[in-house]
Parts: sequence; structure tokens; C-alpha cells
Amino acid sequence: MDFINNSILLAGVEIGTHYYWKVGEFELHGQVFIVSWFVISLLLVASLLGANDPKRIPASWQNFMESVVEFTKEIAVNQIGAKSYRTWLPFVSTMFLFIFGSNWAGAIIPWKLIVLPEGELAAPTNDINTTVAFALLTSGMYFYAGFRKKGLGYFKRYIQPTPILLPINILEDFTKPLSLSFRLFGNVLADELTISVLVLLVPLFIPLPIMALGIFAGSVQALIFSTLAAAYIHEALE
Amino acid sequence: MDTIIAAASVIGAGLSVGLAAIGPGIGQGTAAGQAVEGIARQPEVENQIRGTLLLSLAFMEALTIYGLVVALALLFANPFAG
Repeated sequence: MDFINNSILLAGVEIGTHYYWKVGEFELHGQVFIVSWFVISLLLVASLLGANDPKRIPASWQNFMESVVEFTKEIAVNQIGAKSYRTWLPFVSTMFLFIFGSNWAGAIIPWKLIVLPEGELAAPTNDINTTVAFALLTSGMYFYAGFRKKGLGYFKRYIQPTPILLPINILEDFTKPLSLSFRLFGNVLADELTISVLVLLVPLFIPLPIMALGIFAGSVQALIFSTLAAAYIHEALE
Repeated sequence: MDTIIAAASVIGAGLSVGLAAIGPGIGQGTAAGQAVEGIARQPEVENQIRGTLLLSLAFMEALTIYGLVVALALLFANPFAG
């Protein structure tokens, strides 16, 4: 592990070491916040630049941002349906863009150049707390969607098609966030681990295809997370 | 860490990834094979098939990743390390 951490530029994965911030009696994982803020400001600047002077015929940056929004819109429309996707579009695209931004920020930017007293900067999604927060937000969102559409009648879903399935239906509400968070966390961490193990074996060139795979997997995971979030919302609306 | 616990954890971690890789490996092979067949039969829907394939492959991959998460928990956050 020491060797990986000593090599320049390449991030060595330090599991279990964090850059702690003490706020009151809580300990925060500072490295997650720093990179999250970075990603948030990047997304903010990108969308502000795209929307500050909207033209009827979009040019350059506005054009790009519009195609990005179209892409996320397609995710929502495909899952939720053209009739009621609009209400849930902001959530789905925020999820997609933020996870995509975090995964790529972790994969592309050489954070190793910035040295922290403890721990290291990496994708915010390689911390399980981040992904659990995303997953719980998704849970909250589909419950909200269900209640908004059907009120307390939403609970009827639990005894359909037969009351025998009640325990399984209840269990599903717990397994959904669990699998969502583990999937994202595991994939991002697995990419970083594979790269650092390969770097340990062969420090030059060989890890490059795996890094490309990591970039690809990062975008696919963002797509999957937002698709699933949209699918769960659709399920609650049905 | 107790040596027995350490040894058992390492073996368990290796097994958890290895065993978790079997099922998804077979599943992904089947899915990819069917997709290739579909593309060979109807090359015009290749893009759609590719999209669906990638999405479902990632779902299957997630199963292995669960094994990996268990392995990581055993290695780096072992609850029995005491």
C-alpha cells in the first residue's frame, strides 16, 4: 500500500482513512465535501453559463447544455412516461448529473497533487455515506411521489396482488436503497481499487485501459442510478 | 487482529468475490450472446440493443459488486476484528 501511495499522480486508495472535520460532536469526511463542492460548483457554472442568455436558436454552450438536459429528459420519459415525467425530471437529472460529475471528477482529475493531512481526495461516490444519502433521497422521493398521487391509498400497493406478499413488499422498500447504494459505492470503489492494484504491479501504460473502463463505468453507473430512481418513482405512481 | 480471524477473513473475502463472480459471469455471457444474435438478425436496431445490453450488464455486474463490498468489509472494516 505504501508504494501505491508514494507514487506521484496516481491516487492510491486509502480505505478507512479520512480527512476528518469536527463540527460540534460530529465527524465529517472532509475529502468528500471538498470534491462534492467542486462538482457542485462545476455543475452550477455550467448550467448558469448555459442559461444566462438563452437564445431561440441555441449556440455553443447553450446548445451543449440543452442536449445534456435532453439526454436526462429521455431517461425520465422512458421510465416515467411522457405524461407525468415533468414533475420528477429535476430529481432524476440532478441525480444523473451529480453522480456523473462525481465519478468523472474522481476518475479524471489528478487529485493526488493536492495533499491532505490525512486521507485523500477522490470521487465523493467512493464513500458509502454519499451513496446511502443518494439512495435514501431516492426512497424519500418515490414515497413522496406515491403519496402525492394517491394519498394514503398508496399503502394498498403493499397488499397487491395478494396480502400474502405483504412482508416481501415491505422488505422491498429496504432492499431498494440498499442495492442502489451498494451498487454505486461498490462500482466506484472497485474501479479505483483495480487501478491501484494494477499500478502496484505495473506502474506504466498497463492501467490505462482499466482507467478508460473506469470512466466508462462511471457514466454507466450514473445512468443506472437515475434510470432506477425514475423506475421506482414510476412504480409508485402506477 | 486475532490470527484465526484474520486468516478466515482473508479466505472469506477471496471466496465472496470469487463465488459472486460465477453467476453474473454466466448471466452476462448469455445476455451478450443473445444481443449479438439479435444484432446479427436485425442490424438496424443495433443501437437500441446495445443500450439495453449495457444497462442489463451493469445490473448483473452489481451482483458481483455486492460480493466485493462484502470482501471489502471483511478486509477493511471487519466487525469481528475486536
